[in-house]
Amino acid sequence: MEPLSNKRKAIESKPLNFLERAYLPAILQGLSITMKHFFRKPVTISYPEEKREFSENFRGMHSLKRDEEGRERCTACGLCALSCPAEAITMIAAERQKGEEDLYREEKYAAVYEINMLRCIFCGLCEEACPKEAIYLDGDIVPADYLRKDFIYGKDKLVEAPLNQ
Amino acid sequence: MGTADILIRFALIVIIFLISLVVAMYSTYAERKIAAFFQDRIGPNRAGPYGILQPLADGAKMFLKEEIIPTNSSTFLFIAGPSLAILTACIGSAVIPWGQKLTIGTRVIDLQVTDINVGILYIFGVVSLGVYGVMIGGWASNNKYSLLGAIRAASQNISYEISMGLSIIALLMMTGTLRMGEIAAQQHGFWSHGWFTWNFFRQPLGFLIFIVCAFAETNRTPFDLPECETELVGGYHTEYSSMKLGFYLFSEYINMFISSAVMATLYFGGYNFPFMHHLGLSENWVTLLGVGALFIKIFLFIFFFMWVRWTIPRFRYDQLMDLGWKVLIPLAIANIVITGIVITFF
Repeated sequence: MEPLSNKRKAIESKPLNFLERAYLPAILQGLSITMKHFFRKPVTISYPEEKREFSENFRGMHSLKRDEEGRERCTACGLCALSCPAEAITMIAAERQKGEEDLYREEKYAAVYEINMLRCIFCGLCEEACPKEAIYLDGDIVPADYLRKDFIYGKDKLVEAPLNQ
Repeated sequence: MGTADILIRFALIVIIFLISLVVAMYSTYAERKIAAFFQDRIGPNRAGPYGILQPLADGAKMFLKEEIIPTNSSTFLFIAGPSLAILTACIGSAVIPWGQKLTIGTRVIDLQVTDINVGILYIFGVVSLGVYGVMIGGWASNNKYSLLGAIRAASQNISYEISMGLSIIALLMMTGTLRMGEIAAQQHGFWSHGWFTWNFFRQPLGFLIFIVCAFAETNRTPFDLPECETELVGGYHTEYSSMKLGFYLFSEYINMFISSAVMATLYFGGYNFPFMHHLGLSENWVTLLGVGALFIKIFLFIFFFMWVRWTIPRFRYDQLMDLGWKVLIPLAIANIVITGIVITFF
């Protein structure tokens, strides 16, 4: 058969010569290799203290964005929930009252907005679906927890910090 | 022998016992740390600064684990196994000369618990007893894996004890004594009469055989077939849990410490170090420095044990037996013959 690549090598199986059978040269060679590694810089990243840099398109925890005046951008249209393949997002909409114009940008807003982080697959479709540029997966890794109910993140965890703080 | 002498002797025993325990404890830490360095990792670093308290945490964990004694095991032997393992591991240190004599006032303190005239034989006896702990534990577990591990341990120790003994015979032909104290004293200093005084330079082949056998006797890689995880689950300590498992693991480290001490004493001059009498120090300081030198040698040997463990894969069982019977024993006999010829004609 014609070789597909030129990487093929003929392997000869010679019987071991005396030095090879004596183990010791090979063992010494092995010891020198491990000794080289002994003085090499460890590749470990001590995770909670040190963090590896994320790639630019890393998708982590969601955040609900505010506009330049510090108002929540989300208008509770539900497109993110609709687009979510894992059905992780739920929300309850409410109407903006008089005097709340500095809190919510649109006339309708999400009174409750919950993402179940155990269901979420971090695909980023909610981000793409959002017409108001209100949700981005630009956060960190979702931290571990003990109870399932604690993985349902509400607005308290998702909404960005207000501007003036 | 007065009361004071007995008290001093007792204190010495307690100190040596504690030192072997602490060294064994920190060998577990060193093992993990060194393994990490060889594998480009950091190793345990959470318990205390640099993970210094890791052995304590491990010990506490071992103590607090549930103790399981299998229903179909022989309870007495099941408990006797690890007890025997740790006992025989500890008593080996009795004949090792840790240093020369200390003089405090008029009292002369010998830094060796007992300099019996069959020192090396005693060590051999203790080492051979050591395998009983493994055998009894493995047999009493009533588990196939444990039994296979125990059988392997027994046959491996028997095979390698022979070549170890033969390699020692060549050494004894040169030293002419079985006393550990005297063997150490003969290697005084580092250089005299145009050659090194340490036995390693007189018996390189014997040392090589001895160290290979020491690896086999302490069940360290590449000869750790009795506890070969990939084939035998946990080998002879498959059924053990809690502190009884801890004793088995611990006795391995004590054995390593003792066999390092024996190798340092027999082949690397024990407490002797170069220029020990050209520094112009008083006798007591030389003695203390000698103890330090011995411990440095021991730690280097322990490091070597670990270095080899994280380098070489385990032998296959038939390779192990081939090496023991077809290579080491003929080599050891050849070494005896060569030594005899050298002694006779030079």
